[in-house]
Amino acid sequence: MSYTRIVWAHLAKDLRLEWRSKDAINGMLFFSLLVVVLFSFAFDPTMAVSRQIAGGILWVALLFASTTALNQTWTRELRHQVLDAQRMAPSPASALFLGKVLANFLFVTMIQVVLGPLFIIFYNLHALGQGWWMAVVLPLGTLALVVNGTFFAALSLRTRNREMLLPLILFPVSIPALLAMVQSTSAILTGESDPGLWINMLAGYDIIFMTLCLLLFETILNAE
Amino acid sequence: MRSRPYRGKYLDGANASPASQTQRTFRILQRVHPAANVIELREVSKLYGTFAALRKITAEFHTGNSYVILGPNGAGKSTLLRNLAGLTRPSFGTMTILGSGEVSEVRSRIGYLGHDSMLYDELTAMENLRYSASLYQGETLSSGRWTPEQSLAMVGLDPALNRPVGKFSQGMRQRASLARALMAKPDLLLLDEPFSNVDLASSAQMLHVLNQLRAAGNTILLTTHQPDLARPIADCFCTMEAGQIVSMEYFPPSNAPAGMRSAAGLRA
Repeated sequence: MSYTRIVWAHLAKDLRLEWRSKDAINGMLFFSLLVVVLFSFAFDPTMAVSRQIAGGILWVALLFASTTALNQTWTRELRHQVLDAQRMAPSPASALFLGKVLANFLFVTMIQVVLGPLFIIFYNLHALGQGWWMAVVLPLGTLALVVNGTFFAALSLRTRNREMLLPLILFPVSIPALLAMVQSTSAILTGESDPGLWINMLAGYDIIFMTLCLLLFETILNAE
Repeated sequence: MRSRPYRGKYLDGANASPASQTQRTFRILQRVHPAANVIELREVSKLYGTFAALRKITAEFHTGNSYVILGPNGAGKSTLLRNLAGLTRPSFGTMTILGSGEVSEVRSRIGYLGHDSMLYDELTAMENLRYSASLYQGETLSSGRWTPEQSLAMVGLDPALNRPVGKFSQGMRQRASLARALMAKPDLLLLDEPFSNVDLASSAQMLHVLNQLRAAGNTILLTTHQPDLARPIADCFCTMEAGQIVSMEYFPPSNAPAGMRSAAGLRA
């Protein structure tokens, strides 16, 4: 119970900070909108082609956009040495990580809520498969992005070129998850195959990386 | 290179013979510091690459005393405090803090104020302190803790002040930061240059709080470049140079000039 309350304290603080500064949301929103609009102008796809490529564009846009936000969420902890205060507090480091993951998850979900309708309009999308599977793929895919992203952003926190380093570490590690996200989304949109296998893979990826990150985060946080 | 352990001496006893001076030092130490050492450092070194920020420091800091650590920039004052706070680990040597060889075990009993405020600019002082307090949930603190309202009131800030910390003056920010460090009623308080860029009124307010803590038996280690300012609450001036403690000069109680003590609201 106490652990849950500490996670909630971290989450509430991050939401409040974002509400007042809007650093992460604004950057993510403009970036992802730009990617979606530019791709739609650049390729001018037909409806059939749209269904094939939409999954890739959506997830790559979200991956790039979330990278801009992930650095922000840790940078504000470095400002004025707030992170030192958190390191000194007797609360578990994993609670801090979990709070950050949940906050980033909510931020990316908010972007999806705005981006979704625009995406459907620009790419003239209509799912031929079972569209409700997207309600499973989107949260699982978002979780995969933010768990790794939050962890590796913390890992690169004390490096000089952290903005550059994060994508270099994050993107290769995210390839299996990205593959599962894109393939399952394409399968749902085209209706040509069963997305079940890719969704299972995504869920497995989430469980493995969430467990690893929770276990290793304290070491990362206290690294000199 | 081996560092010298501190040499205790009284500033007002400079003419006494070494033997009588030592006895006198011992007697007053017994009276002023009846409990065990709060910090024991044995050959503590801290290396950053090839640069030695701390060099084989061997020293003891006694419970209930207030130590003012002086020294030029780069002397290792901040590194020493960061090691004591558990934010960095010594490369060599052993540290015993509050009876434990592992700082993480006594973390909740240590208060630390760094160079920066350690507060979020976007939140009010009260929101910052409530957040800090929430991180101590489930922690059994031997001495209880102050509420955020009590902590802010103690440093002379209005708990109802609805202004983000980013819009505070430097003095207000430092006092809010001190309130955060005090909230868990720490047995050991580590303050890294708390008076830098702070006006006299805020400094006096902080000194007043620190003196109350000292009177309550808390141990304070404070680094500063303003020895005159910190002198009213100092039991000992500890001087560092090039990563070593080169001297520890104990004051007898109430040694500070009366004018200074009254300026800080301290007992004469």
